[in-house]
Amino acid sequence: MKRMQKESMLKVGLVLMMAVSLIIGGCSSNKGTAANSPSGKESYKIGAVIDVSGNSSSLGIPERDTLLMMAEKINASGGINGHPLELVIMDNKSDETEAVLATKTLVEKGVLSILGASSSGPSMAMLKTAQSEKIPMVSMAAASTIVEPAAERQWVFKTAQSDIVMIHKIMEYLKKNNLTKIAFMYMNNSYGDNGKNAITAAVKDSGISIVAQEKFDAADKDMTPQLTKVKASGAQAVVVWAIPPSASILTKNYKDLGLTIPLIHSHGVGNQSFIDLAQGAADGVILPIGKLTVASQVPENDPQKKILDSYIADYSKKYNTQPNSFGGYAYDALNLVVNAIEKAGADRAKIRDELEKTKGLTGISGVFNMSAQDHNGLKEDSAVMVQIKNGKWQLLN
Amino acid sequence: MRIKKYSGLLIALLLLAIPLIAQSNYVYGLFIVVGLYTIIVQGLGILMGYAGQVSFGHAAFFGLGGYTAAILTTRFSWSPLPALLAAVFLPAVIAAVIGRQTLKLRELYLALATLGFGILVSIVFAEGGELTGGPSGISGIPHFQIGSLSFDSDGSFFLLIWLLVVMLMIGIKNLIHSRTGRALCAIRESEYAAENAGIDCSRLKLQAFIFSALLAGMAGGLYAFYVSFISPSPFSFHASVQFVLMAVIGGLGTFWGPLIGAMVVVLLSEVLKEVIPLIIPNAGGEYQIIIYGMILVILMIYQPQGLSSLRNRISLRGLK
Repeated sequence: MKRMQKESMLKVGLVLMMAVSLIIGGCSSNKGTAANSPSGKESYKIGAVIDVSGNSSSLGIPERDTLLMMAEKINASGGINGHPLELVIMDNKSDETEAVLATKTLVEKGVLSILGASSSGPSMAMLKTAQSEKIPMVSMAAASTIVEPAAERQWVFKTAQSDIVMIHKIMEYLKKNNLTKIAFMYMNNSYGDNGKNAITAAVKDSGISIVAQEKFDAADKDMTPQLTKVKASGAQAVVVWAIPPSASILTKNYKDLGLTIPLIHSHGVGNQSFIDLAQGAADGVILPIGKLTVASQVPENDPQKKILDSYIADYSKKYNTQPNSFGGYAYDALNLVVNAIEKAGADRAKIRDELEKTKGLTGISGVFNMSAQDHNGLKEDSAVMVQIKNGKWQLLN
Repeated sequence: MRIKKYSGLLIALLLLAIPLIAQSNYVYGLFIVVGLYTIIVQGLGILMGYAGQVSFGHAAFFGLGGYTAAILTTRFSWSPLPALLAAVFLPAVIAAVIGRQTLKLRELYLALATLGFGILVSIVFAEGGELTGGPSGISGIPHFQIGSLSFDSDGSFFLLIWLLVVMLMIGIKNLIHSRTGRALCAIRESEYAAENAGIDCSRLKLQAFIFSALLAGMAGGLYAFYVSFISPSPFSFHASVQFVLMAVIGGLGTFWGPLIGAMVVVLLSEVLKEVIPLIIPNAGGEYQIIIYGMILVILMIYQPQGLSSLRNRISLRGLK
């Protein structure tokens, strides 16, 4: 008897739970009005969702460090139009669900804009919240689908060059050197996949043909089988879309097999660890890259020269290490947002409009020229071709 | 005694009062995630707690549901409701096919077989080319809607999820006190004894397996509609372990266990995110993960029966 009573109590409880939840539904229809209120006169809040831990932490950590450094600098020089900048950084642990929750937290905290995420997956997962909450979001990841189609991404911007920019740079190089038959190799993850899609689209009607296409896993320890096929294909150059360590292993295998045709990598290998892991085999490798890596060789008349030098000086002074392009993406993201807030004040919709109107803003990754159709705003002039010589990056002309 | 009688009701009310008071999309979002995991862990709880089978492959069913819903709505322009039904149905069918073979295995061997299945499925997601979008995943999944009723806000989706959770919990409550439920309990206590008592153990275990896959598929479909984007990464082996962890933390073979497990695992990590920076300034996510892991280990050492047994212990002590 007692047990039955308890059971029926439970049932009543559950039914009540349902009733209560229905009531919430009625109330929740007018939600979201309070979220738009600005954060008050005293400080401007900007949120960041960054892959500080987890798989993409190598991207996230320099980004976080850059943001912290910049916030300090902005506040030391009087803030944004006199308002101090309050930076709220959340770690999404390189996880998509966590990124969504972190975005919602930041919206609740009343941030004016959200920077992030570091990698493409979490950025894609955050999109919907940014769109539905009407909050400007500036991603630091590469995938072009983050800002395309533009009609469904009004609130989303990004600072890293899309793969297509880098591919165009490579195509320019191939055409200049009369290399018409290429082999394409890519790592089997979202980075390699995007590269493959971009190059497949780019070679159409370009006079350049892909004679061999091979893929490998991020964890593979030997790419000799794929390279053997490439060797037999009669390609005049090999384009590889991968990041270390697999990119380094491939480069080593390439040399071991005695391949002498040009080896062109993507900007994904644009860090010292690629050269170190390739153990000397990286010499001769050609790649497109942002100007940050070769800042000292960039000519004085380049519009980015000044900002590159000052970022490198500040970063290396504070953290005792050289900054990399990921930190650069964060630099640009915050710079874009601060620039927009200076013009728009504490209003999310106006900040979005100003972000879209950004013209000629010089950053680390390039000169940003946004438009309603282009929420990245970087063109081929934002990248340069470099060659690795004696373990050092050498600017190609 | 009174407290114990009402404790279920109290917990339930307290739980739903939080989003009601907060009225924030973040809290809704948090409870939606908790609700989704609860659905999966409910199924896993039946499988592990009653049928006594461990599965390290439930992220695969979760993913199959998600991908089914995503592919049907984006590639074949199905409307969301039939797509969700398919997301429930397909994992169940696959579970029926593989369950027939793998459930002959016991304990560790079954865990290994399901683990292999999970890895296999995540490779299929990443290698599915145009269909699954490869490692880049599928974006642009529409809102969930039934007829003209659209669940496009966090608040409405929260209601949908928790309505399902409540219905599911009532269903499971009835199931456990039915003939089937008693048979499942018998299997848990001793498979041989149950067999001797005339219970068709392999059939019941298969049913429990299919049921749990079905729930994971449903959660997956709902996840896809909620986030509107899926990629292979949330359905990795790590997620499978997470689900088993939730089931164990909450308490196997208990009514409240799955709910408590999902809630503790999700909320703990969110609370740590807020608390740790207060204690250790400038601490990154690494600290959160370490402390989170330590708390879970401590929980398992001192509360091996799961958190839902804590309630009994406290109230029994109060009685004496």
